[in-house]
Amino acid sequence: MNQITTDLLATTPDAAGRFGDYGGRYVSETLIAALDELDSLYNRLSQDPDFQREFDEDLAHYVGRPSPLYEARRWSEKLGGARIFFKREDLNHTGAHKVNNTVGQALLAKHMGKQRIIAETGAGQHGVASATIAARLGMECHVFMGEEDVHRQSLNVYRMKLLGAEVVPVTSGTRTLKDAMNEAMRDWVTNVDNTFYIIGTVAGPAPYPRLVRDFQSVIGREARAQSLAMTGKLPDALVACVGGGSNAIGLFYPFLSDQDVAMYGVEAGGDGLATGRHAAPLSAGTPGVLHGNKTYLMQDEDGQILHTHSVSAGLDYPGVGPEHAWLKDMGRVEYVAADDEETLAAFHEVTRTEGIMPALETAHALAYTARLAPTMGRDQIIVVNLSGRGDKDINTVARLDGIEL
Amino acid sequence: MTDNNGRIARRFAELSAAGRRAVIPYLVAGDPLRDISVPLMHRLVEAGADIIELGVPFSDPMAEGPTIQRGHERALDKGVRLRDALAMVAEFRRNDADTPVLLMGYANPVVGMGFDCFAERASEAGLDALLTVDMPPEEVEALNTHLKRVGLDNIFLVAPTTPPERVEKITEVATGFVYYVSLKGVTGAGHLDVDSVTEHVALIRRYTTLPVAVGFGIKDAESAAKVAQAADGVVVGSALVQLMADRAAAGDGEQAILDAAAALVAEIRSGVDSVGDSVGDSVGGSVAGADADKAGTA
Repeated sequence: MNQITTDLLATTPDAAGRFGDYGGRYVSETLIAALDELDSLYNRLSQDPDFQREFDEDLAHYVGRPSPLYEARRWSEKLGGARIFFKREDLNHTGAHKVNNTVGQALLAKHMGKQRIIAETGAGQHGVASATIAARLGMECHVFMGEEDVHRQSLNVYRMKLLGAEVVPVTSGTRTLKDAMNEAMRDWVTNVDNTFYIIGTVAGPAPYPRLVRDFQSVIGREARAQSLAMTGKLPDALVACVGGGSNAIGLFYPFLSDQDVAMYGVEAGGDGLATGRHAAPLSAGTPGVLHGNKTYLMQDEDGQILHTHSVSAGLDYPGVGPEHAWLKDMGRVEYVAADDEETLAAFHEVTRTEGIMPALETAHALAYTARLAPTMGRDQIIVVNLSGRGDKDINTVARLDGIEL
Repeated sequence: MTDNNGRIARRFAELSAAGRRAVIPYLVAGDPLRDISVPLMHRLVEAGADIIELGVPFSDPMAEGPTIQRGHERALDKGVRLRDALAMVAEFRRNDADTPVLLMGYANPVVGMGFDCFAERASEAGLDALLTVDMPPEEVEALNTHLKRVGLDNIFLVAPTTPPERVEKITEVATGFVYYVSLKGVTGAGHLDVDSVTEHVALIRRYTTLPVAVGFGIKDAESAAKVAQAADGVVVGSALVQLMADRAAAGDGEQAILDAAAALVAEIRSGVDSVGDSVGDSVGGSVAGADADKAGTA
């Protein structure tokens, strides 16, 4: 494993937005000027104490931070190994970690004087978080969502509409998250003068992976302080699910130079990695270029992007944030996969044991935790990012359990 | 950076000497029929095309409007990939040694093939240039090394949003010609602003003596004629892709589709040729006074 020093972190990404060989800015020329503008604004505001104060106040009073670190005692006991703690991002306003980022990016939009917000969404959590912040700031909001996801996540679609957003069903390609992102890019290229694109994950062209990471890093900063306060030490392991990877990077980032903290990013194993029906580019993909960045992708030998499969719409994406690609190659984070079946089992188990109903995305991290915890000692600590709540998924779960609601 | 002696430079030089602009049709490789592309390229040349732009199908064509997106999807469904597009170029080249062909597409299929391998195969096939929509100058260094090695031009986009200092940066790495994207939007959009095109083409000419072609939003002889007032070349894409898709959907066979496509390109040709040759010379600044309102309608 290559050591990640604080010096290395300070220079990653570089000025071109590269994390090692990954990241960068692979977009059509029309968008470059807007990305340059965003980059220079963010360089300035990220050093500006007033902006940071504004962001922190929104996180405290609107999002409801800090989110608790909760010890899942019954589940830990049942698994019979490490003490498991949940970082409760599900308790945030709108029910997931996504809102940390939308609050931050909406502040940037405000500073740029943009009155129109666009966003892509898979599970609908980022769409809801974007629609929420747009409502609060009185901005117009358009959310692009794959037609298949519109059906899978009807509750969140209605939430977005209640919040005043227009939900645009995307019928091109595979009709899921990647196609929603294509369509959002097409809208942005057309309306670049008055529109701010709130990307929901740590992917996309520079500077998005960096700024989304920075906005989400509040998760790891809090978890670090809470772990020290509650247990007197840093966690031995961190576990988070990885689709694009924003909740994972948010938890991991403040611990990256702590060499003794192990990290596990859990991808969507779908029907199992061996079947090819999954959404696990870090576990089973190869590097390529999509959606503005170089990263690991699910692709065929001709460089065409493959259909993905996951029980969770939010992880059903063929790419991943470039910083994760870098961390994989550096050996700093271990990327693993949990399949649909063990994910569903973990969903039920945690719901019944702790009275906390996780999102199906989050349940992937819990499924891996159920494998990891028994291999560790009772004096050891795992922090799992409980990235979102599962209310949105009850229709899917019922269907998989053969129940009609 | 215009030291290439390739077909593209030659073709623009010939056109310039004759006081004409280039007509550059865009087609998606393998669309609307798997085997139509090579005969189509020959027919379009007969109908007046000067350069052929062959689109490489990609699963995620982010810069395309619905018309060309569907073209990519149809071609992918027929199994057409980058290597097939290169094979079409090679086949075309057997009967046409002069007409430049450029591939337009997205980075990932080229990344997937490997830059060195792509350069070798493209060179063998007789390809002249590559335009990767999502590879701006900042990301192109490794690819360019290989393209240069085999003498392929790398075509770059300039957009309405590109500031002057960036135009300079782009023209430093561009070869062949500069492709000006006539509007903020995707291919096939309907809001072409001729005055803005004229202004931006003049801006580009301040930094380079390379020819400037204009694409996105050109549909017919009238819009082509307006753009030809300012530019050295006119690209027509969505209108052609749509026309052929409609014919194929209506059950027309290959011959009827070829006839329809050739008729559209001939119409564009006449529109472009209706423009006088006062601005045909592509040397910097001469276009600034062009009056777009005088555009002829074919």
